[in-house]
Amino acid sequence: MEVMDKLTILADAAKYDAACTSSGVVRGARPGTIGTATNSGCCHTFSADGRCVSLLKVLYTNHCCYDCAYCVNRRSNDVRRTAFTPRELAELTIQFYRRNYIEGLFLSSAVLKNPDYTTERMIETLRLLRTEYHFNGYIHAKAIPGADPGLTYELGLLADRLSVNIELPSESSLSLLAPDKSKAAIFKPMAQIRDGAAQSKAELKLYRHAPRFAPAGQSTQMIVGATPESDRHILALTEGLYRKYRLKRVFFSAYMPVSDHKNLPVPAGFKPPLLREHRLYQADWLLRFYGFTAGEILDEGRPNFDEALDPKSDWALRHPEFFPVEVNRADYETILRVPGVGVRGARKIVTARRYGPLSFEGLKRLGIVMKRAQYFITCSGRMLPGLRFSPDTVYRRLTGLEREALPPEQGEQITLFDSMIS
Amino acid sequence: MEPVCYRYDGTFAGFLTCVWDALENQIEPVGFFSPDGGATLWEEREPPADRERARRLYAALARRVSPAFQKLVARGFLTCLPEKELALLTLVRRGLREGDRVRLDLSDPVMARVNLALAKMWTEWDHLKGFIRFSDLDGMLVGEIEPKNRVLPLLAGHFAARYSGERLALYDRTHHEIFLSDRGRWKLLPAEDFRMGPAGETERAYRAMWRKYYQTIAIEGRRNPKCQSTHLPKRYRHVMTEFISDEEMETALPGQIPAGALETGLQAGGSRDAPGAAE
Repeated sequence: MEVMDKLTILADAAKYDAACTSSGVVRGARPGTIGTATNSGCCHTFSADGRCVSLLKVLYTNHCCYDCAYCVNRRSNDVRRTAFTPRELAELTIQFYRRNYIEGLFLSSAVLKNPDYTTERMIETLRLLRTEYHFNGYIHAKAIPGADPGLTYELGLLADRLSVNIELPSESSLSLLAPDKSKAAIFKPMAQIRDGAAQSKAELKLYRHAPRFAPAGQSTQMIVGATPESDRHILALTEGLYRKYRLKRVFFSAYMPVSDHKNLPVPAGFKPPLLREHRLYQADWLLRFYGFTAGEILDEGRPNFDEALDPKSDWALRHPEFFPVEVNRADYETILRVPGVGVRGARKIVTARRYGPLSFEGLKRLGIVMKRAQYFITCSGRMLPGLRFSPDTVYRRLTGLEREALPPEQGEQITLFDSMIS
Repeated sequence: MEPVCYRYDGTFAGFLTCVWDALENQIEPVGFFSPDGGATLWEEREPPADRERARRLYAALARRVSPAFQKLVARGFLTCLPEKELALLTLVRRGLREGDRVRLDLSDPVMARVNLALAKMWTEWDHLKGFIRFSDLDGMLVGEIEPKNRVLPLLAGHFAARYSGERLALYDRTHHEIFLSDRGRWKLLPAEDFRMGPAGETERAYRAMWRKYYQTIAIEGRRNPKCQSTHLPKRYRHVMTEFISDEEMETALPGQIPAGALETGLQAGGSRDAPGAAE
């Protein structure tokens, strides 16, 4: 089979993996090598679905011995099967990289024969790239659950980031849909990667040439909407993963109907829950950069997101006692809680007011967008002159802004929802 | 006093010479123009670019205000902000008078305009680090950009380091400038003309594979052109391999690499002509 055909089949098989980031590691030029890496990563293009394409994301092979119901590569699915050779894939990566198409390689694989054999093939590919092609760019490799820890360690020495997909947000869903995978088999390599990365970091402080194990840390992803977990459950799980396994990122992937398995939503007429996925990412951002806890965003009384509103505005409307915030005095963390003010905006406010008190005019010139923030702030003790509102009108105006911001079909979902509650 | 305007050659050194002149003679100019920028009704001053004065003023910005302020002015000069010279002159005056505190005054109208222009330039820089496409033409990696801001000096170090074993040529259509790199040593040259030669069979094969990959990786059920355009504005696409055909890549491009440009002794560490280029 031609490389072009293999690329098509194995990229098609890998596209449902959400992660395509190239962040978390800095590497300057090294003589005799090709490539560098930057901390914030780099998007090289955006596909028609609006997702960032940073890495060449392919499977090593889509021959699989497992039969997970939600997965296009499941054994029982009738698709064309193929595999790269390590050299084909290394050559393709380098040639794409030279032309600045990509930031590096994201190598995953279906389970060919068994987890050990699969991991060995992946190691061979990465070793070829790193040693023979002297590739110094970014590599993200998927650890295969069930592989020998020694092999996973070797993989982590060649890659910048490792990930293990937790696949589904609960053990019962996992046993229902992925009978070949167990919770223990997923969390074991996750713990190994966490400990390996921590140990490698400690050794690097002592010896400059200590081996680097997964220097960009690990990430994971789960499918949302195939199984009945609540948003609160997923968010609490996410928070736990950040805390317990020191993950750099948790990705969510709205379930796409790829199967008519009896335990999955019926494909006919199924709409992937894209808006729900969007809300989960917004909440994930609040966990990572805004100092929120999962329990603040959703609780037992409210286990699911209000789809018509972003989680930050939702929190603000449920906590009137917290507002208004006085921008000239409040601390950075407090300003971060104002809807419409992001990390950059909050930093600018804190800097600019060291020069002199800020007015609403001044805030606008700083680039603070007032359409959300105006309901929640004061400047030197005053609200925006002429602004009149009640809790009800704020809710309506904020959801109106959301509708405008979302793509048409998702906006429609909200309109439907809206007419049901009003 | 009669309204006065400046004419200068468009270089950073030329601009700083005008600033020197304005500070020395307490002139509040109403505009800055290039030599071929058309006639004005105002009194014109045209101090010839003086590299020594420019160097001394540039050093004074770091010493008397702060290195960060110096950088703000140098980078500000690379932006496409309309009347950037007037805005930067105002900031230089304030910086020399008030000191580094001026950088905190983010809500000042002039400072806000410069900062916004800088933010847009960094966004464009960040975009282009990813969106630039090279073609392998006889072993040399060749590409083109058409940016709003003069980001080529800021991109140069990044690509020279990334492809430190390669020969590179990257042409800026807007500012008629070319970045050339030979195994890590690089320089920037003015170039009116540039033409990307026809691609060989191997190059065409990799382009085809990239286009195929690009189409394959999108999930049909998630199609979202609005989101795509937000992240990848359409203005970048006319020089990106995945959006154009081989014919478009080769026919739409004017010019060619200036003869002998690669043999003119590239300096290690890059050119000093562009402000802040080596950082």
